[in-house]
Amino acid sequence: MSIEAHNIRKRFGLFTALDGVDLNVPAGKLVALLGPSGSGKTTLLRIIAGLEFPDPGSGRVLFHGDDVTDLPAGRRKVGFVFQHYALFRHMSVFENVAFGLRVRGRRERPSDAAISERVHRLLELVQLDGLAGRYPSQLSGGQRQRVALARALAVEPKVLLLDEPFGALDARVRKDLRRWLRRFHDEIHLTTIFVTHDQEEALEIADEVVIMNQARVEQVGTPQQVYDRPANPFVYQFLGNVNVMRAPALAGAARRPGVAAEGAEGQIYVRPHDIELTPHASGGSGAAAIVRHIHAAGPHARLIVEQVETREQVEVEISRSELAALGVRVSDLVRLRLRQAHSFEEDYAI
Amino acid sequence: MASTFEPIPARGPRADSVTRFPVMTAARSSRSILPGFGLSLGFTLAYLGLIVLVPLSAAFLKTAGMSAHDFLAAVGSSRVMAAYRLSFGASLAAASVNVVFGFLVAWVLVRYPFPGKRLVDALVDLPFALPTAVAGIALTSLYASNGWIGRWLAPLGVKVAFTWAGVFVALTFIGLPFVVRTVQPVLQELEPEIEEAAATLGASRWQAVSRILLPELAPSLLTGFALAFARALGEYGSVVFIAGNMPMKTEIVPLLIITKLEQYDYRGATAIAVVMLVSSFLLLLLINLLQKWSRRSLAI
Repeated sequence: MSIEAHNIRKRFGLFTALDGVDLNVPAGKLVALLGPSGSGKTTLLRIIAGLEFPDPGSGRVLFHGDDVTDLPAGRRKVGFVFQHYALFRHMSVFENVAFGLRVRGRRERPSDAAISERVHRLLELVQLDGLAGRYPSQLSGGQRQRVALARALAVEPKVLLLDEPFGALDARVRKDLRRWLRRFHDEIHLTTIFVTHDQEEALEIADEVVIMNQARVEQVGTPQQVYDRPANPFVYQFLGNVNVMRAPALAGAARRPGVAAEGAEGQIYVRPHDIELTPHASGGSGAAAIVRHIHAAGPHARLIVEQVETREQVEVEISRSELAALGVRVSDLVRLRLRQAHSFEEDYAI
Repeated sequence: MASTFEPIPARGPRADSVTRFPVMTAARSSRSILPGFGLSLGFTLAYLGLIVLVPLSAAFLKTAGMSAHDFLAAVGSSRVMAAYRLSFGASLAAASVNVVFGFLVAWVLVRYPFPGKRLVDALVDLPFALPTAVAGIALTSLYASNGWIGRWLAPLGVKVAFTWAGVFVALTFIGLPFVVRTVQPVLQELEPEIEEAAATLGASRWQAVSRILLPELAPSLLTGFALAFARALGEYGSVVFIAGNMPMKTEIVPLLIITKLEQYDYRGATAIAVVMLVSSFLLLLLINLLQKWSRRSLAI
């Protein structure tokens, strides 16, 4: 089921959480709402769920084209997973998952046997069969999160909403669980929105990423689109490491018509892995720079180099074999060349 | 520790986040993260012995000198039995009412912002601080047939002061803070998310309260009930003014004990007290067991 939100505004006292936000999630997609804390992403998710309502007279929320803005959460058929699980502590895993079925009116409520069957099927789906009799306090964080997911799925929601689903887990579990979520989504194809502040997480598993900042949507696109063609400086800086340099600093490195027109104020954005280093002695183009620091632990080597002309420090990421071939040490001279850079006044590519 | 070299158990069925305090280990091993076990337990026992056990055992010692016949005669008379019925009955009734309304007060204080909230919050503690005699006199003058409230009840045929109902009113008054103050912090700690989760799963408001909130609050409600009940059992000051103290009708056990003392019937007084002690201890024990059972799954 597709989800649309039009012109959503929400204020909490003096704080504007959402300032005229539009969102369009096609049916069956896995979409990430990505942004720093306070950007309004959780509020937007809660408004879609019906746990929060947009300011009067502002926007509408549509599910599959139907206006659900005034429907309470319980009647929207959404599955909501909370960051801190919000499991019912006094109920076993089984009863937690069965809760949504047990609270139904007598006519719609499945029989006990049917409830039991569905709960066990869901627990199997989240790989927790066998723990049905446990209490939440006896489970690990990752297990609790999967119970919360099974509980949300028990009511056969048309939409699945996850609020920072992996935020409270440690790094390794988080990685496992997010891959699992991707596979899981590929199996059940339920329209899913998840909120995260972790760009790596969003880029890795989402079909589409919605980047939010200060109560607004900055950019919407596939992970590759938003990473390769960020719409503005905020998105560029939010998604991964970036060097922000004054354009003229590298004028020697890459002179092209149009670049000069940018003027002295123009800034360019370069990812560390889009910079090439050549030995200074080799001559050729490229700005001269001094190597200040080499950090060679991990799959890539990170170098901090300082441009001779402007004294600007630049972070460069090259493979370790490239570093070995280059054969530089701290305080050696090198030349910088940019493979790709962005300016937000004009495309800037080399 | 040897377990350092054992493989770390895999996440999964064995993972267990319940904190278990190593009480027994701490008692035995010389090194512990929680040192001072021996000292603190010794102090606790000595203190409880001095403050609680010694005075209470004096009552038992005194009655130990009585013959079984004398003992039964002292506690079994119809006047004493009537007093027991009144004390336990009115205390139970008052504690039950306090659980309901104390929960409501705590709910309002935690969940809703309103002007004067701090004042209301402070007002709850007043029955703690007020000399009970003052409370008793105030209640009596309110509920007497010419009092502010009593004069409206009298035409309806309802008499509060100097009846069973008066005892009940006084015991309700002094018991309220116990329930409010035990439920309030637990309610405050409860994540609002669990109610939201219930709502997204289609639960009505009533279902969220009855199936989610009340079970979570049950241990603290029981604690509040037990405290209010225990306090009501021992209450003397406020009741003697409003009860009228008619033998067989509105005479509470503590008053009966005082009466016996004034008649120099020390053994009779302690015999009544011993029965009171044992039965309240059993009741409180029962409530504690209930509470343990209700928080079994909460793992707190």
